[in-house]
Amino acid sequence: MSEQIKTEATSLPDPTQVREIMLEPYPAKTKRKRAKQVLVNDPETPPKIGANSRTVPGIITQRGCTYAGCRGVVMGPVYDLLQIVHGPVGCGFYAWLSRRNLARPDTGESNFLQYCMNTDMQEEQIVFGGEKKLKQAIQEAYDIFKPKAIAILSTCPVGLIGDDIHSVAREMKKKLGINIIGFSCEGYKGVSQSAGHHIANNEVFKHIIGQDDTADTAKYTINILGEYNIGGDAWEIDALLKKCGIHVTATLSGDVNYGQLARCHTAMLNTVMCHRSINYIAEMMEKKFGIPWIKINFLGAESTAKSLRKIAQYFGDPELQTRVEEVIATEMTALQPVRDEVAAKHRGKKVALFVGGSRAHHYQDLFEDIGMKVVSAGYEFAHRDDYEGRHVLPTIKIDADSRNIEELHVEADPERYTPRISAERRTELVKEGLSFSEYEGMMAQMKKDTLVIDDISHYEIEKLIEIYKPDLVCSGIKDKFVIEKMGVPCKQLHSYDYGGPYASFSGAANFYREVDRMLSTKIWKFVVPPWEKEPQLEANFVHNVRIKDTKKETKKAA
Amino acid sequence: MLQSTTAEIKPRSALRVNPAKTCQPIGALYAALGIHGCMPHSHGSQGCCAYHRSHLTRHYKEPVVATTSSFTEGASVFGGLANMTQALTNIFSIYNPDIVAVHTTCLSEVIGDDIPMMIKKSYDDGIIPSGKLVIHANTPSFVGSHMTGFSNMTKAMVTYLSDRNGSTKNQLNLIPGFIDPADMRELKRLAAMMNVNIVMFPDTSDVLDLPQTGIYKMYPKGGVSIPQLKSTGDSIATLALGHFASYAAATALNDKWEVTNAFLELPIGLGPTDRFINALRNYAGVDVPESIVQERGRLLDMISDMQQYFHGKRVAVAGDNDNVIALVQFLTELDMKPVYVITGSPGNHFETRVGEILKEQVPDAVIKQNTDLFALHQWMKNGPVDLIIGNTYCKYIARAENTPFVRFGFPILDRMTHRIFPTVGYMGAIRLMDKMFDAMMDHKDRECPEELFELVQ
Ligand code: SF4
Ligand code: SF4
Repeated sequence: MSEQIKTEATSLPDPTQVREIMLEPYPAKTKRKRAKQVLVNDPETPPKIGANSRTVPGIITQRGCTYAGCRGVVMGPVYDLLQIVHGPVGCGFYAWLSRRNLARPDTGESNFLQYCMNTDMQEEQIVFGGEKKLKQAIQEAYDIFKPKAIAILSTCPVGLIGDDIHSVAREMKKKLGINIIGFSCEGYKGVSQSAGHHIANNEVFKHIIGQDDTADTAKYTINILGEYNIGGDAWEIDALLKKCGIHVTATLSGDVNYGQLARCHTAMLNTVMCHRSINYIAEMMEKKFGIPWIKINFLGAESTAKSLRKIAQYFGDPELQTRVEEVIATEMTALQPVRDEVAAKHRGKKVALFVGGSRAHHYQDLFEDIGMKVVSAGYEFAHRDDYEGRHVLPTIKIDADSRNIEELHVEADPERYTPRISAERRTELVKEGLSFSEYEGMMAQMKKDTLVIDDISHYEIEKLIEIYKPDLVCSGIKDKFVIEKMGVPCKQLHSYDYGGPYASFSGAANFYREVDRMLSTKIWKFVVPPWEKEPQLEANFVHNVRIKDTKKETKKAA
Repeated sequence: MLQSTTAEIKPRSALRVNPAKTCQPIGALYAALGIHGCMPHSHGSQGCCAYHRSHLTRHYKEPVVATTSSFTEGASVFGGLANMTQALTNIFSIYNPDIVAVHTTCLSEVIGDDIPMMIKKSYDDGIIPSGKLVIHANTPSFVGSHMTGFSNMTKAMVTYLSDRNGSTKNQLNLIPGFIDPADMRELKRLAAMMNVNIVMFPDTSDVLDLPQTGIYKMYPKGGVSIPQLKSTGDSIATLALGHFASYAAATALNDKWEVTNAFLELPIGLGPTDRFINALRNYAGVDVPESIVQERGRLLDMISDMQQYFHGKRVAVAGDNDNVIALVQFLTELDMKPVYVITGSPGNHFETRVGEILKEQVPDAVIKQNTDLFALHQWMKNGPVDLIIGNTYCKYIARAENTPFVRFGFPILDRMTHRIFPTVGYMGAIRLMDKMFDAMMDHKDRECPEELFELVQ
């Protein structure tokens, strides 16, 4: 099948036909829905994708829930914020240490990442309400751990039984005199993790950011938004920026503490890594405090260089720009040998990426560095703007699921709003080509006739592998062993499972080597045992037996 | 490491810290994978299912497929019938399983979805193709733990599928409890050595311990088959291993078809394995073969050779109730002292039974059900141990207290051989001993003064 549908020109399968094969077994309603999420790309005019819509019941999906997006992704890494998951034991248990968001607290600081705290809700609370138990749990957590602040995170049953965690938060805040914040991130609130990011953004913005006006003294201060320090990525970025003389006030929320969040509004620029999970905070900080934001990406050597240049351009200090160029030159030189070596071996090999809300895009840059070809990609929980670019934002219809999530109305802070650069300077920079508040999305970067698949299903992955025979697939833990059972290596790109960091120049070297390891491993060559490759040496066998038999017969005869 | 854990124990009645249990559906999902050709289905919002699949995948390093009803707010308010109907339609047309095993989540439990009604309606409306089956278990996580979920789904196999055609078959039912595929494989090996025909359910061997063949099969060759499950009413007897995970299904079989029950514990260590072998012998009317006697003898020899290194060692044990009840017996056979024995799951039988086991040897042992790793760690701060045994999460305590550590139970997220080597049976006991010995000796070799660093042990 796969041979037949290859088009001459590209030697890749005809994407329109692949799409049809993928949709073929679906019942009518499911097919209509999936048809909007499986698209043939055109970078010039990206087609409209049915992203951020409900997952079809019964489909084996990669997606998780709102709670996972809030607790697991955005809030989880804040290491000294004591987090109590309000609900039955499971939701809290699974989000405990499973995401590899690393932290290196200073001596004396609390580190709650190793702890899983929850209210272990029982039938009694389901029937009579859980607020009393929640208050008691907060009191106990305070008595035992003496945290700076406490977060309460709701799971599905909480919303349904009607517990008001926000009033509990207010009451206990008053009683204990520390900040206590409720996150109503019940799993069913959205169609994926994405709703949880938004909820986390809202509460962090309302209750934490801006609590402390102490500014860092460094000359150039920035925040990195949407970087969670999986496998130590944020540390690499931090170290690189330090070499350039740029200071990171806060990374949201990799290896970050409560205090850094509270004063991150003092920075001069917001840079956005994962647009999906954190663009809300970037937007709100601009409105309230006057901090502009730019999109950056520290995954991939070329994009890291580009991102550094953008930041330097923003500050417009020739000295800084020179230093940045020096750093880029040194780092690129150091990186070149491994990049060349890996590219020489693997240039032109095919990769597909189905992950997250930004990584399926960002990691394409790393593959581009070494000349590998992206044949298909898609996000697990992104929105149209992450695919088609932010310019489609005004045309996105707000559906019932999105309406669930509060849109904060933000105004300029009467005292603290200070545009970090003047309007004139901003216009000048835009003219020079620096775009603010802009993200062009994944599709513009992907080649024509590649396949874009949102919220890919298990069946579609299987078909994709059968037809495209990619050399490598990047996906999540749930698909990983399905893919590998099919004889194709799979890089888990959520938490990486092991390894990293992959960000910055030093991380890029790690990634190239990792790709090389996966593509060069001999193990797949051993899958077929020798006895299935060679015909049975029947002649020998028969011959030996015959000789023996003849001997016997001779003996007998004698 | 775990720096906020101090020796000072303050009362807690509401805050769970570092649980030693998880929720029902993951147990139900795992059990359902032990039916051949089965698609486990999670009726609720999709996050639970994503978490359960991820965690099982991390423990087994194998594909773990399951579908979900993907509730959003609407379903949560109006009930999940539409989602269930749509799910079943999709599952049968896209994934074509022989059977779908539905479990609930906290969400569908709270809104009170009536699953049997939904299944009946789906049959009536022709959504379930003829010849295909759908079964279900209620698995609310605000009751019990993952052990309860496993038990409930195993019981559902009986209530929905077990049948009787009248003539007793020369076979025993074996309900293995919440153990790994390698353990289930070992139980089958022992039964085969004894020449006993068994129907084991669930059976996750050849489902979650697959060889690499370059071919992915959504429904691998393993798992108890539906005809086998149907035949369970005709078996001579049922051996149920483990009070919490297996007795409910055995009792249901007895209620339904009056199949005789033998309530046993998991065959971990010498005594519990002896009792298992003996039960196979008695119920199937067979002799114990020489090969098993020899395996047993090798374990005994190992214990008598190495007993001095185990004698009197203080051990902290955390894990699933059934598995810990059996393990603690083995530890006493080695003359060790399990001084702290905990499980996260609720259920009084745990404290009673472990108390009974330790009465003579460790009268002052702290034994607790429905507690957590934080409590265990605090006790250890007040009275250290020589060895800690538990799942992967215990490694943080082991590091904080510089204590030798053996991984045992579920989940093990950071090591590999639990996927292949059993802990049940005589061979399993040897493996456990080996792991304990290695852990304690490596620790000694690392920490002891140079003059006591010895070549021969
Ligand atoms: S809601 Fe219930 S079933 Fe779902 S993960 Fe949480 S505890 Fe488990
Ligand atoms: S119960 Fe809700 S919050 Fe918890 S894991 Fe399931 S979907 Fe997520």
